[in-house]
Amino acid sequence: MTNFSTIIPRLFESFQLNIQLFFLTLLFSLPLGLFIAFGSMSRFKPVAWLTKTFVWIIRGTPLMLQVIIIFFAPGLLDMGAPWGSGSSARFTAATVAFVINYACYFSEIYRGGIQGIPKGQVEAGQVLGMTKGQIFFRVTLLQVIKRILPAMSNEVITLVKDTSLARIISIKEIIMMAQEYTAQGLIWPLFSTGIFFLAFIGILTVLFGRLEKKLDYFKVL
Amino acid sequence: MALLEVISIEKSFGQTRVLDGISFTLDKGRALAIIGSSGSGKTTLLRCLNFLEKPDRGRILVNDELLFDAEDALTQRESDIRRKRLNFGLVFQAFNLFPQYTVLKNVTLAGELLLRERGKKQADAADGKQIQDEARALLAQMGLTGKEGAYPHQLSGGQQQRVAIARALALKPKILCFDEPTSALDPELTGEVLRVVRSLAEKKMTMIIVTHEMAFARDVADEVIFMDEGMIVEQGPPQSVISNPREERTRQFLARFSSEA
Repeated sequence: MTNFSTIIPRLFESFQLNIQLFFLTLLFSLPLGLFIAFGSMSRFKPVAWLTKTFVWIIRGTPLMLQVIIIFFAPGLLDMGAPWGSGSSARFTAATVAFVINYACYFSEIYRGGIQGIPKGQVEAGQVLGMTKGQIFFRVTLLQVIKRILPAMSNEVITLVKDTSLARIISIKEIIMMAQEYTAQGLIWPLFSTGIFFLAFIGILTVLFGRLEKKLDYFKVL
Repeated sequence: MALLEVISIEKSFGQTRVLDGISFTLDKGRALAIIGSSGSGKTTLLRCLNFLEKPDRGRILVNDELLFDAEDALTQRESDIRRKRLNFGLVFQAFNLFPQYTVLKNVTLAGELLLRERGKKQADAADGKQIQDEARALLAQMGLTGKEGAYPHQLSGGQQQRVAIARALALKPKILCFDEPTSALDPELTGEVLRVVRSLAEKKMTMIIVTHEMAFARDVADEVIFMDEGMIVEQGPPQSVISNPREERTRQFLARFSSEA
């Protein structure tokens, strides 16, 4: 039982890395995804083409591989140490990889949501003399958010579990931590990590449910 | 003096010529009905007036001010277009209300944004109040008192369209355009919208109404234009164009119409 009381806190501690990675990824990838979405919808063809190719590459290769490449490439290419040194360098590199990867997925969800808004909404704003920015922020944005919420909640939930991929560059997140006990012959810590994910995702599910309910007051026509 | 002058407007989409030299004038306080079959270019003409489409050729003047000249890129600057648009209001066939805002906010939003842009921080409260009061008065005029706090999806189509009319009027356009305002409505709801348009005509609002409601056009419009294949075939007072058309094509169109109705 001494095992239990020492192991659980250590799992908790390592799970904080997962959660940090999760929040940092969201913080940067949510806005970055919007830029990518605008890029892929650009009327200037080269920009649209470049953006779409980039999204294809990022969505078409494993996130695990991207984490490895982003962490090791600067060293291999003799580009110095953009990620700093030590364990914080690993974490920074993983965050960058996650942000890019998730921004690409979000961008496609955004694009679908934006293109799904009836053209008449934009035109109604135009004939009322609104600027493009006013139309986007005052007219379409909330409708887009309402439309994409279910898809976004899916993606965000996937992100929670994906944070474990960071162990590929030796970030001691919860599963890597638990595997150390497995190596010592203890299997239950690894199994118990599932509870951490379940609990955290349970909270997120409730939050997303509340948000959806909050936007229930209007209907996208 | 004509309030609106449209000169030789042409517009093509790809190979299809949708407007083929449209010219007309409209005096202040007059209601113009545009009739014609689907695909005759009526809607595109309204969209050109509201800068939602850019004509390939032609000029548009309001109060002798050149708003658009296809030959003159200076008249087509994006920043000016916003201001020029405000000469016109447009009521859409599909209403296009903003679903996330209340009825009142739908009417006040654009005015409040314009106010904020002018950056008059001091006068904001008083001006904001004025916008609200005017919006309430407009909604009352549309018979929508008590609906200020409702959301668009809670209203019938006829109510939504009346909100849309109030929204367009709130910016005090010189010319109000209607693009088949009753075509998306159930027959029993067209009456309430047409009544509102009629009352605006009685108040001498300058209007251009694209419509399939022949009886309405005959009663309310001061002038009627019949369009076919992107051209004006016949133009004049409703007593002649609708009741007594000179042109064979107008007669065919109206005959088809009365047999449908």
